[in-house]
Amino acid sequence: MFEKFENWYRNRHDYAKEWKKRTGGQVIGTFCTYVPEEILYAADILPVRILGSHEPQDVSEPHIFAMFCPFCRDCLAQGLKGRFDYLDGIIIAQSCLHIRQAFTSWDLHIPVDFNYYLPHPMNVQSPHAIPYLKEELKAFKKAIEEWTRKKISDEDIKRGIEIMNKNRQLLQQVYELRKTPNPPLTGLEAMYMVVSSQMVDKREHNKALEELLQKLPSRTLDNPGERLMILGSEDDDTEFVAMVESLGARFVIDDHCTGTRYFNTLVNTNGDPLGSIAERYINRIPCPSKDWPQRTRLDHIVQLAKEYDVQGAIIMQMKFCDPHELDTVVIKETLEKDLGIQTLFLEFDVTVPIGQFKTRVEAFLEIIREEDLF
Amino acid sequence: MMETKYPTEPLKCWNKAKTLRENYYKDFAEARDKGGLRWVGGAWSFDAIPAGLGEDVYSLTGEPYGATVAFNDKFALECQEATEARGFARDLCSYMRNYWGSILINKYAWPQFSEEFPKPDFIWQDHICCSHAKWYQVASDLEGGVPMFDIDVSVGPYEELTEHKINYIVGQMHDGINWLEKVTGRDYDDELLIKAVKNEFRSCHYWAAICELNKAIPAPLDEKTMYSLYVLGTLRKSAQWTADFYEKELYPEVKDRVARGIAAVGNEQCRIMTDTQPPWAFLRIFRYLEQYGCVSIGSLYTFGLIGLWEVKEDGTWGPRSIPDIEITNRDEALRALAEWNLSKPEWQHFYHPKLKSDMMIRIAKEWKLDGVFLHFNRGCEGLSLGIAENRLAIQKAGIPTMPFEGNMGDEREFDLERTMKRVDAFMESLEIEKIN
Repeated sequence: MFEKFENWYRNRHDYAKEWKKRTGGQVIGTFCTYVPEEILYAADILPVRILGSHEPQDVSEPHIFAMFCPFCRDCLAQGLKGRFDYLDGIIIAQSCLHIRQAFTSWDLHIPVDFNYYLPHPMNVQSPHAIPYLKEELKAFKKAIEEWTRKKISDEDIKRGIEIMNKNRQLLQQVYELRKTPNPPLTGLEAMYMVVSSQMVDKREHNKALEELLQKLPSRTLDNPGERLMILGSEDDDTEFVAMVESLGARFVIDDHCTGTRYFNTLVNTNGDPLGSIAERYINRIPCPSKDWPQRTRLDHIVQLAKEYDVQGAIIMQMKFCDPHELDTVVIKETLEKDLGIQTLFLEFDVTVPIGQFKTRVEAFLEIIREEDLF
Repeated sequence: MMETKYPTEPLKCWNKAKTLRENYYKDFAEARDKGGLRWVGGAWSFDAIPAGLGEDVYSLTGEPYGATVAFNDKFALECQEATEARGFARDLCSYMRNYWGSILINKYAWPQFSEEFPKPDFIWQDHICCSHAKWYQVASDLEGGVPMFDIDVSVGPYEELTEHKINYIVGQMHDGINWLEKVTGRDYDDELLIKAVKNEFRSCHYWAAICELNKAIPAPLDEKTMYSLYVLGTLRKSAQWTADFYEKELYPEVKDRVARGIAAVGNEQCRIMTDTQPPWAFLRIFRYLEQYGCVSIGSLYTFGLIGLWEVKEDGTWGPRSIPDIEITNRDEALRALAEWNLSKPEWQHFYHPKLKSDMMIRIAKEWKLDGVFLHFNRGCEGLSLGIAENRLAIQKAGIPTMPFEGNMGDEREFDLERTMKRVDAFMESLEIEKIN
């Protein structure tokens, strides 16, 4: 049922090359989920999120100091190795310092036709963030128009919004099913589904999701075992998720930018298009780098844990990922002390020591099981 | 005493600088005794704004405080271990960890002024680095909920500044003033704000003017000394005492040193600059360099953290001129303050390393340098951002570089002996020999 999503995820580059050939369109690599893809769809451009390969690499060392997160170095390595050689451009929307370096080194060393740094506001809790972002989106739209030599009308943007919103709504519908006592999909399948949506044409993805939703509610899987949440830094580590679920537990929810944070908020379709897009990206569940002065993400995680009846949470901390490191202590304490949810903190790299992690996850699950027993 | 190539003499205003710094930490500790207010925040926060609350409002800026802790290695270790025991990662900003540790063990780095870490009345912070606002979010938690206000300044490089970017920052500043009135219960005085903004213009201008004087051969100042001088601007750039000290005491004295050919390093034969904060517990590296007749004339860090610069008519870099404008109200003051700060050299590389590389190459040429030491600083992600690309660009420009790894605030991540050996090898590559 999820093979299509898995194939897209695994063969992302083949897909993008084939898409270009088929449509004659342009493909842009995006470095963060704050990039307003609505405007790219409005311009008939395919946005493809640049992610790593989870393979050891030795090409980024001269470009990014090793104290920065392995994910950003892995992303740059993909470019340096020529795996994204089909890209016509790259875009970053300002978020953490780490991924910014992958973008700037890419700009310096890997020729593309178009690059754009969108200074997305960091103070998303300020009332001035939305008007400011709206102006930045106008400038961004203009830059795209100049590059493509094609005017983007309000109707085009509305079409972009519709494509993106539909994808978000469909993903939300699938996630609703994960609230049930026996969710009809695994965490691994959910990961393939969401991450692939960041790589393929959303219109095709929407079609696949609609077909999936026809069959999914009646699908029955084995007993889910312990209901787990996964949260933390950027994470598309399918091998890790598969390992945990092979031990008899099931991920039922996540707080990842490769998961719920990507699709949880819709664009209002009644307002002026650019203003509404700005509103959506300011009001979405934030990346921790933008979550201040109040910790709104913490409340969101608590709410997810309750709604999805979570028994345990695995906090995936990408090595050197400062924004998440600044949140994990309070998240761990809140889940454990306020909600009585066991947590397991794991620091990971682009490759994970799967054997060691397996031992730790087994011990973690045993603790939860013992609690159930007594 | 050994005869040197150039005459050298101590700075006359050295003790004054030391006293000003001590008074700053004393005033913060004793603020409440005088009925005053205490605030904490970053060295880049808009400190001219809380100045409008009155002349009895004292600050403690986090980065210089973290560096002060780092200089005392035993105290720093105590702070770092307390922070780690609380669950925080060891790779986070080391200033931040030193600061949090100080709260956790409830000890002030200046025990002669206060045994306990003085609790602030409010937090006033800026945000351009991932750790800025989050630093004080955690600090607020650790202090039991101190009210906090942050201003995002990450609107892109100065060369791309537009009106709506200024509006975003100024909007936050206006909100900040309303917030300050609410949390302190005080009325805001716009005249004091305007005065502070003008002081800040002078501080930033004159500090850059002082650094410019280091183009002279021999250099009148060495970087180790500059650390004790630039720090005043990081403590309170909008204070009259900072502006007056730079304009009326330090600048004339350094100018006079240049006129008389007074050197910081008597046997100057090699000129370098560094990059990012130094490993504060190991400033003796600079004394070691002197054995080679090597002077570090500064860095983009010491020049541009507080100093503001512009390209002059002859194409060289000099201090940014003090704005020739009349400020008559709050909005004008805030706009001028935002625009002024956005040109800060050390804010530019947050958007692209090429902006920093260009400035570093310019310094290397105009200050006539033989090489560049690059501190790959594990303690500061903000200023180490893009440093590997800076290295490549500087090398490409034909300027020798010596990268070394360390940590400004956590001595456990710095290997002194290894760094000395690197210095030896680098000097050998430059064909510079030790003097005697």
